Amino acid sequence: MRVEVRHLTRVEGHANLVVDVASGELRECRLEIVEAPRFFESLLKGRHYSDVAPIVARVCGVCSNSHTLVSLAATEAAFGVEVSAQTRRLRQLLAYGEILQSHILHLYFLAIPDYLGVTSILPLAKSRRELVTRALRLKKLANDICLAVGGRPVHPVTPCVGGFSALPAAAALQELRRQLVAALPDLEETVDLFATLPIPAFERETEYLSLSPDGGYPLFGSELLSSDGARIPVRDYRLAIEEYLTPHSTAKFARLGRESYMVGPLARVKNAFGQLSPMARQVAAALQLEPGTINPYRNLVARLVEVIHCVEQAIHLVDETLLPGLRREVPVVTARAGVGVAAIEAPRGTLFHAYHYDADGCIESADCVIPTAQNLGNIEADLRALVPQLLDLPRPELTLRLESLVRAYDPCISCSTHLLTVDFA
Amino acid sequence: MTKPRIGFFDFTGCEGCQLTVLNLEAEFLELLELVEIVEFRELMSEGGGELDIAFVEGSISRPDQIERLAAIRARSLTLVALGACADTAGVNALAALRTADDLRAEVYGSDSPHLATLPPQPLAAHVRVDHRVPGCPIDGREFLAVLQALLMGRPPELPSFSLCVECKLAELPCTFEAGVVCLGPVTRAGCDALCLRGGDRCRGCRGLIDNPRSGPYHRILEENGLTADDILREFRTFNVPGKGGA
Ligand code: SF4
Ligand code: SF4
Repeated sequence: MRVEVRHLTRVEGHANLVVDVASGELRECRLEIVEAPRFFESLLKGRHYSDVAPIVARVCGVCSNSHTLVSLAATEAAFGVEVSAQTRRLRQLLAYGEILQSHILHLYFLAIPDYLGVTSILPLAKSRRELVTRALRLKKLANDICLAVGGRPVHPVTPCVGGFSALPAAAALQELRRQLVAALPDLEETVDLFATLPIPAFERETEYLSLSPDGGYPLFGSELLSSDGARIPVRDYRLAIEEYLTPHSTAKFARLGRESYMVGPLARVKNAFGQLSPMARQVAAALQLEPGTINPYRNLVARLVEVIHCVEQAIHLVDETLLPGLRREVPVVTARAGVGVAAIEAPRGTLFHAYHYDADGCIESADCVIPTAQNLGNIEADLRALVPQLLDLPRPELTLRLESLVRAYDPCISCSTHLLTVDFA
Repeated sequence: MTKPRIGFFDFTGCEGCQLTVLNLEAEFLELLELVEIVEFRELMSEGGGELDIAFVEGSISRPDQIERLAAIRARSLTLVALGACADTAGVNALAALRTADDLRAEVYGSDSPHLATLPPQPLAAHVRVDHRVPGCPIDGREFLAVLQALLMGRPPELPSFSLCVECKLAELPCTFEAGVVCLGPVTRAGCDALCLRGGDRCRGCRGLIDNPRSGPYHRILEENGLTADDILREFRTFNVPGKGGA
């Protein structure tokens, strides 16, 4: 029996899924990444630091804010630039806006159709109008955060090396706060809805990686934490993470201590359960998500728990920004030759950028390691463990189960393909 | 009355333009009343058949993409380039400054023939493009205006004046005063000087205006000592030279 899904839908980017089983034995199991490579790291060569973040934002429309923020952090690390507390808070708010945006899109638009037996959210616009309008309202809230802080929901314009080139108006932040609080009933209904979804039972333990939760729920940071216990300084990520090419994919695969590892919402929740906001912890309990959860389908639930966490934290961040009063700050940056490495928890997991700059502040070489590339090996390992358990299912059902497993990771494939200079550093 | 059938397709790009369509939250449901979305891979698991309008995002950078694009063209009455990647090659245009083999070897090592790419090109280099929505990403309002015109059977129009006009109307200080090169004088208006409002400069993501030297604004460039070559070099960030590009 051969299952082949060409151009997997409801994922970002292009991938094929190939599973081949003969007399009960799994002969082949591959997630083929067929996205056209775009070579972003090479395109950055020679570019002035002020152009770097706007260019890398275009790696991915869904994660453009994360790419921007981690890019700025890497450049600032290279130049030894410290940013203000106000900048740090606004960047956090922007990052949470993007996680919300991406998670809502995934939960309602990409994942839910699998569980409600439809091929997309569109037919629900008639049959479940309240569900669709709620999804759109929540997505708008997330976009409004990114618009107010970043100047545009996709590919932000205001964050720049050293800070922000323009600040949100205080009134816009107050309006965001109002909207965030008003969203609570929508969130409650979302939780109720997801509590009823028949999430498949399947367990496979693996290694889970995120930034360390020492300073709070992981978002920015200088240290990585593996669930196997390793703590790795972000600047040494190249020593810890091994990337390798496979012939069936235009994206590279990655491994750490074991054959594969997982990044993303489930990995973060597992590594930093105690750092979730109070409301998020309650929701986790209600949805039976625990530090011990090892079902990759439950990435979906972890995503929802993070939605709650982001909303609650965003309210606090607005307050903390407005309380001392917004201050106009002029970023002061002096370029110098050097290396800068930074990591951020993007919606799909840990995202690394590393740059070598010359004395004029132009890029000599760049390296980006994106979450989906890190997850690919783990998705395949899950599929290999899962397929033998499903062989009795009728084929369409089996295919759906496999597709929704891949989707549970929310792979962001258009970004997973622009990969690295092998002998960087 | 049957609703017009529209589809969304993507090639090499970041899907930010499709995302911008999805971000039209308030108008999205109204849109569904007016048209039938029959294909949207990022959003739905079905597709196929004849289309009234195909919105196509992304540049063409692999041989197999040329065939797929031709097939979409063959079954669509109207084809619209959605966003800079499709319209002018977008940021992918940066790859045109290097050879494809160089880029591949640098990123993946030399032993990777399955990763062969072509120099990225806009859709118009391969098929007839009827209309376009410029920008990286597109502007949601402009997308709606283009769709509305098409639904009413009128050719959509893009602004023919330069971005400087919108910047001046917003009473923003000229970026050149701060010693920073801005492509506003030769870039097509329509984004309401978004980047300038955000304290940044224009990088020309909406492409060149029709007659860059006929308006008064190109003088700003000359007064600042920039030659046509300088400007074109800056323009390469979002615009590939040649058909469909600048
Ligand atoms: S034009 Fe910009 S936003 Fe649109 S697909 Fe290309 S890179 Fe993404
Ligand atoms: S200001 Fe320039 S770069 Fe920015 S959106 Fe407008 S055309 Fe594009």
